[in-house]
Amino acid sequence: MGQLDLARWQFGITTVYHFFFVPLTIGMAWVVAGFETAWVRTGNPSYRGLTMFFGRLFVIIFVLGTVTGIVQEFQFGMNWSEYSRFVGDVFGAPLAFEGLLAFFLESTFIGLWIFGWDRLGPRLHLATIYLVAIGSLVSAFFILTANSWMQHPVGFVFDRAERRAELTDFGAVLTNSTTLVAVFHTVSAAFLTAGAFVLGISAWQLWRRGHSQDAPVFRRAARAGMWMTLVAGVAVLVSGHTQGMIMTQQQPMKMAAAEALYHTEQPAAFSLITIGNLDGSREVWSLKVPGLLSFLATGSFDGRVEGIYDLQDRYVQQFGPGDYRPVIPVTYWTYRLMIGCGALAVAIAAIGLWLTRRGRQPSNPWFHRAAVASIVLPLLANSFGWIFTEMGRQPWIVWGQMRTAAGVSPTVGAGTVLTSMIVFTLLYGVLAAVGVLLLRRHAAAALASEEPEPEDGERPATFAY
Amino acid sequence: MNLADLWFVAIAVLWTGYFFLEGFDFGVGMLLPVLGRTDAERGALINTIGGVWDGNEVWLVVAAGATFAAFPLWYATMFSSLYVPFLVILVALIVRGVAFEFRGKGETQRWRTTWERLLVGGSLVPAVLWGVVFGTIVRGLPLDSEHHHRGGLGDLLTTHALVGGLVTLTLFLLHGALFLCLRTAGELRVRARRTATWIAPLTLLVVTVFLAWTQAQRGTTATAVIGALALLALIGAWALNRTRRAGAGFVFTGAVVVAVTATLFLSLYPAVLPSTIDPAYDLTVHNARSTDYTLVIMTWAAGIFLPIVLAYQAWTYWVFARRIGMGGMPAGSGQAEAPR
Ligand code: HDD
Ligand code: HEM
Ligand code: HEM
Repeated sequence: MGQLDLARWQFGITTVYHFFFVPLTIGMAWVVAGFETAWVRTGNPSYRGLTMFFGRLFVIIFVLGTVTGIVQEFQFGMNWSEYSRFVGDVFGAPLAFEGLLAFFLESTFIGLWIFGWDRLGPRLHLATIYLVAIGSLVSAFFILTANSWMQHPVGFVFDRAERRAELTDFGAVLTNSTTLVAVFHTVSAAFLTAGAFVLGISAWQLWRRGHSQDAPVFRRAARAGMWMTLVAGVAVLVSGHTQGMIMTQQQPMKMAAAEALYHTEQPAAFSLITIGNLDGSREVWSLKVPGLLSFLATGSFDGRVEGIYDLQDRYVQQFGPGDYRPVIPVTYWTYRLMIGCGALAVAIAAIGLWLTRRGRQPSNPWFHRAAVASIVLPLLANSFGWIFTEMGRQPWIVWGQMRTAAGVSPTVGAGTVLTSMIVFTLLYGVLAAVGVLLLRRHAAAALASEEPEPEDGERPATFAY
Repeated sequence: MNLADLWFVAIAVLWTGYFFLEGFDFGVGMLLPVLGRTDAERGALINTIGGVWDGNEVWLVVAAGATFAAFPLWYATMFSSLYVPFLVILVALIVRGVAFEFRGKGETQRWRTTWERLLVGGSLVPAVLWGVVFGTIVRGLPLDSEHHHRGGLGDLLTTHALVGGLVTLTLFLLHGALFLCLRTAGELRVRARRTATWIAPLTLLVVTVFLAWTQAQRGTTATAVIGALALLALIGAWALNRTRRAGAGFVFTGAVVVAVTATLFLSLYPAVLPSTIDPAYDLTVHNARSTDYTLVIMTWAAGIFLPIVLAYQAWTYWVFARRIGMGGMPAGSGQAEAPR
């Protein structure tokens, strides 16, 4: 493997890992804020219990998201210096905005939230978690602005003398249609992920400690999580569909690759599953829904969807000789797995709502297992979504402007990249093990029932390290 | 002053903010085994920075992001040329960040000891490496006409850079010790002050050597003046600590951090990354900059949001201003300091 492939693998590994924590952070901040709001408004101690319970889990997730994010911030310069030189004038601004407007907010106020339990009044304390939650959305907006510009560059000119892209219209970059749908889709997916997390953890509590005094509280939390999953699921569907249509206009090759559609079709069928080698030569068996791809891609059941061969020819004429196809089996399967894993989680939530309707207690161990699985499913769906989005863009790093192969650092050797890749992979592996261990331990804990002990002026009693 | 110069200053300010703030929390991290004799004491020490370290670290994130936006070539060349030190710094910062969070969440003594060690190491390593990195940047790297780095790891291991590492190490230790004088009470506070007393002269020695050396290499009148102020402030901090006015002492070590960082950036200017092959190949504020359009947008954003950030971070410190002591010891015993 050369330096290019290693740099790509490293980027993929570190970013996907970062993104395990990101959607949970975004969604759980609002969940915790919601429980704390309920507590401040009603004074009902069970909400305080839930706030603390999910708050502890949230803090663990948050810190893992933070430490892995810093790697991302440095990595563009370390492994992708030619890319950074090329895009910095455009791409740097959203990144800097993200730090200035979002990261400061999130990190400062999470500190206040953790340590401020007995130093801030209840309303002020509640305000801190809202600021964290808002910060996480602002951060998602700016980073997705940066990423969407790579998918669909707007608001810039190419400066030949400087050999770089130069910003001409920041407003256009911020209101890029690609950004707006990506934010809608990613944030909905984050809420789905958090809803399923609440659902899964609460169901696990009910399963293990179903007869404890906490059971009614967790039952309520489980149902809240189910509703959240369901509603967010609908938003994910709507936004995903919109995104599919915009993507078909902006990156038709990605849609063709998602479908392994070699020949232009009108109307085009959506294949649910294919057995075969997906290289266009031979298809063994495929289950198809007629017209569905046309609908997903164009919004009409008999729209025309361009195939890979036609697009390849067109791009050769437009950009010169080269292979403009992404790795088709990867795009094909990740697209399906994204939808499938998410749909499964939504289905589990729907079944759960039915099983727990009107005070019923689900006793079926099968359901409990499925509920616990629903923690992981959306996380996988998110990763598959990103792998699809990013690999479907290949061979471009900035669509139509710069190829991935041209973006790597020219002065960094393969050995160096390999070393850092191994270091990060091992470190992240250990962190994952410890993180899961801690989350599991805290997820198994009972709800705190008493009011906080009065502080003795020495140690912050509640959340101290 | 044109926009590129303004952004050179802004980036210097961001790094200064980072070193000022994370400087003392690195210091506290490193002093953990020195000052904290019991588990509870170490817990108390960690709690002095528990609520703020993350906010402090964002100064680094923003410094990097602003460099990317305002001087893309600087960002690209600096991070790819200093790959290995940045990799090590990243690993240390990751380990340190989770150590804060994880230490108190386990049951066994062994668990806590492990994370404490990682916290100490995760503070020590970047405290040294930041000095090495900036020592290297000030000296320059073998950059060719394309501003590509033509050299290896050896470029980093110059004596000048290593002394730079000692500067950040000792200065952050002192800064952290004085911070602890402000934020702890009782026995912990006495120990912190004693520790500061012996770190101060060491720091003075190292900083003097480093500043003189840098002055000889790339000095200007401005760097000479500010460097001299840094040394005076350091002597002031030492003296104040001896007279038990640690609060004022902390302000003085803060001033040293500011002044040392300022001399580094001033001795660079107008270069941002000098080339040791040929000064014509230097990366400068002029050839590494972004367009005016981008810089104007960035200026607006920074002009509006940086003051807001400063306001709420200052408020955070005010919320956490209460001293942390140990059970049994009346809080605020020892020298009475005006509560900030
Ligand atoms: C959709 C959202 C999203 C996406 C696509 C990314 N991140 Fe992220 N990032 C977040 C959403 C987020 C967050 C939710 O805002 C985090 C998680 C935990 C936290 O503190 O903020 C975060 C943390 C975080 C931090 C730490 C901030 C701190 O110290 O507090 C940095 C430096 C980055 N990210 C940088 C990146 C970069 C350079 C990315 C691109 C490759 C990236 N993130 C992808
Ligand atoms: C602003 C946000 C992002 C930017 C700027 C960005 C940029 C990049 C870059 C520079 C590469 C390397 C070139 C390549 O191999 O394709 C890449 C690849 C990749 N990114 Fe992103 N990315 C972003 C967000 C994400 C997120 C959040 C994920 C998912 C968790 C992700 C997943 C991947 C994957 C899996 C690859 C590897 C693709 C491959 O090997 O071909 N990206 N992206
Ligand atoms: C019916 C369901 C869905 C549809 C039609 C859909 C559609 C899409 C499309 C077309 C993209 C690619 C956008 C682009 O590259 O321009 C995408 C990306 C993505 N999807 Fe989905 N998706 C669905 C379900 C889900 C679910 C359930 C999740 C996670 C819980 C998810 C998470 C993501 C993520 C994280 C990305 C990458 C970020 C982005 O480009 O917005 N999607 N989705």
